[in-house]
Amino acid sequence: MHMADALLSPAVGGAMGAVTAAAVAWCSRKVRNEGDDRLVPLMGVLGAFLFAAQMINFAIPGTGSSGHLGGGLLLAILLGPSAAFLVVASVLIVQALFFADGGLLALGCNIFNLGFLPVFVGYPLYRIIAGDTPSPPRSTVAALAAAIVSLQLGAMAVVLETVASGISALPLKTFALFMLPIHLAIGIVEGVVTAAIVSFVRNARPGLLEPSHATAQPVAGPAVAFLAVALALGGVGAWFASQKPDGLEWSITRSAAAADVRIPETAAHASFERLQQATALLPDYGFRGAPAQAEPRRLGTSVAGMVGGLLTLVLALLLGWALKARPGRR
Amino acid sequence: MADSAVHRIDARAKAIVTLAFIVCVMSFGRHEIARLLPFFAFPILIIMLAQLPAALLLRKTLLVLPVALLIGLPNPLFDREVVAQVGSVEVSGGWVSMLSIALRALLAAAASVVLVAVTGFPAICGALERLGMPRPLAVQLLFLYRYLGVLGEEALRMEYAYDLRSNGRSLSIGHYGSVAGRLLMRTWGRAERIYLAMCARGFTGEFVTGVPARFGATEWLFVVAWCVLFVVLRTQDVAQRLGTAVIGVLS
Repeated sequence: MHMADALLSPAVGGAMGAVTAAAVAWCSRKVRNEGDDRLVPLMGVLGAFLFAAQMINFAIPGTGSSGHLGGGLLLAILLGPSAAFLVVASVLIVQALFFADGGLLALGCNIFNLGFLPVFVGYPLYRIIAGDTPSPPRSTVAALAAAIVSLQLGAMAVVLETVASGISALPLKTFALFMLPIHLAIGIVEGVVTAAIVSFVRNARPGLLEPSHATAQPVAGPAVAFLAVALALGGVGAWFASQKPDGLEWSITRSAAAADVRIPETAAHASFERLQQATALLPDYGFRGAPAQAEPRRLGTSVAGMVGGLLTLVLALLLGWALKARPGRR
Repeated sequence: MADSAVHRIDARAKAIVTLAFIVCVMSFGRHEIARLLPFFAFPILIIMLAQLPAALLLRKTLLVLPVALLIGLPNPLFDREVVAQVGSVEVSGGWVSMLSIALRALLAAAASVVLVAVTGFPAICGALERLGMPRPLAVQLLFLYRYLGVLGEEALRMEYAYDLRSNGRSLSIGHYGSVAGRLLMRTWGRAERIYLAMCARGFTGEFVTGVPARFGATEWLFVVAWCVLFVVLRTQDVAQRLGTAVIGVLS
C-alpha cells in the first residue's frame, strides 16, 4: 500500500506531509515527556521486527493478489499510540530512503495511511471493543474489527490522494471498487495475525499489554519474543513470500482490464480540474474519467522537444565526464 | 564513505536540494515528457562530481521501473484522447502520461538513491533534526538503523556456523527455531549492552557525525544554484528551445 511519488502532486504530498509532521511533533513530545529510557531500545527492536514482517508478502486465496502486514495496530497495542506512531514512521522513512518503497514526497501520505490511521483510529476501536483485560475471543474480535477498519480507511485514503493528485487517469469509483475489497481481505488476515501475536504476548508477559505499565516492567523478555517472531517470519516466511503483485497493483491492473470509458471533453472538466488542484484535500466525488489539464494541453512529444530533451541529457553526461577527469583526487 | 567536495557539503543543503528537485519534478502536468528529461542532469552531475558508483546506483534506480509502469498502466485505458501523431500512428494522452509517470518515478528514485549515497544515513538524520524533525524520531531512526545491522551480522555468523556443522543439509524448520531463538538472545543482549554503554558515556540523544555542522557560503551556493536551475527548467521549456535551435541549425 506504499504510494509512489510518481502518482502524487506536490499539493497533496505537501498537505499530507504537513499533517504527518504535526502528528510526529505531537507524538515526539509525548514520548519525550514520558521519559522512559528503556522504551528507546524496545522501539528500535520493534522497528526491526516490523521491518522483517513487512517484507513478507502473503497470498490472498482466490484473488491472485498478495499483501503484507501493516503492523501499526500491533505496535499501538504494545507500545501505546505515540511511541507506535514514531516507530511506524521510522520504518517507512528507512523503506523510502533505502528501498525506494514509497517515495520521499509520498512519505507524508504513507505515514498517514499506514501509521496514523491504524494507531489513532484502529487502536482506539480495539480498546473500545477489547476493554482493559479482554478474553482471547474478545481480543480477537477487537483486533479483527480494528484491523479491518484501519485498512479500509487506509485504502480509501490512497484512492483519494491519488485522485486528488490528478496524475493517474483512474476514476475514483473504479479504483475504490477494486481497492476496498482487497484490503478487506488483507484486513481480516492482519486482524487474525495481530490477535495471535497479542495472545502470545499476553501468555508470556501480561503486563506489557497495558501501555501505562510499560515503564514499570522490564521489557527484555517480550522484546526477545518479538525478535524471535521477526526472525521466524523473515526466515521461514520469506520462502513463502508471494511474487504476486500487492493489493494496490492488482487492483489497478484489474480495473484497467475492465475499463471501457470515453472521457467527455467539456469546459466543466477544466474548471473542475482547477478547483481540484486548489483544494487538494477535498476532492469532488462527482468526477467521471480523467479531468482536463488546467494549463493548455501541451504536446510533450513534439519532435523539437524530444531532441532538446535528449540533448540536455548528453550535455549533462559530457559535463559530468569533463569534471570527473580533472586532475587531483579531491 | 568516499570523500569529495560534494560529500563535504552539509547534509542539510543536500536534503533541501533533493526535496526541491522532487517537488519541481512532481509539479509538472501529467502529459509532460520532454521537459522532464533535463532534470536527469541533477543525479548525473552529482554522481560524476562525487565519483559515486554509477552502475550500482543505476541498478537501484531502475528497480522502481516495473512498479512505475504498473501504476501508470490504467492511463492508456482511461485517457484515450489523441494528443500526438508519430507518422501514421496516433498517440493517446494515456500513453504519454504513462511514460511521464515512469520518468517521474525514475527521477524521484535517482534523487533519493544519490542523496543516500552521497550523504549517509546518520548524516541525513542529523540534517533532518537540525531542519526541525523532533529528537525522539531522530533517535528512533538511528537505533532502527543500528539494530538492523546488528541482526544482520549475527545472522550471517550463525548461518555459517550451522553450515559447518550440518554436512550439507539445509536448515530445517525445527532447527531454524532454535537458531533463531539463540540469535535473538545474543542480539538483544548485545543491543542492550550497546545502549547501556552509550548511557555510561553520557549519551542523552546527541550524536556526533565527526564533521561539524556548517551552513556556510559553499552550502548557500549549492542550494541556490541548484534551485535556480530547477526553477528555470520547470518554468522555461529549455528542451524545446534547444531542440528547435539545433534542428534550425541542421536544416
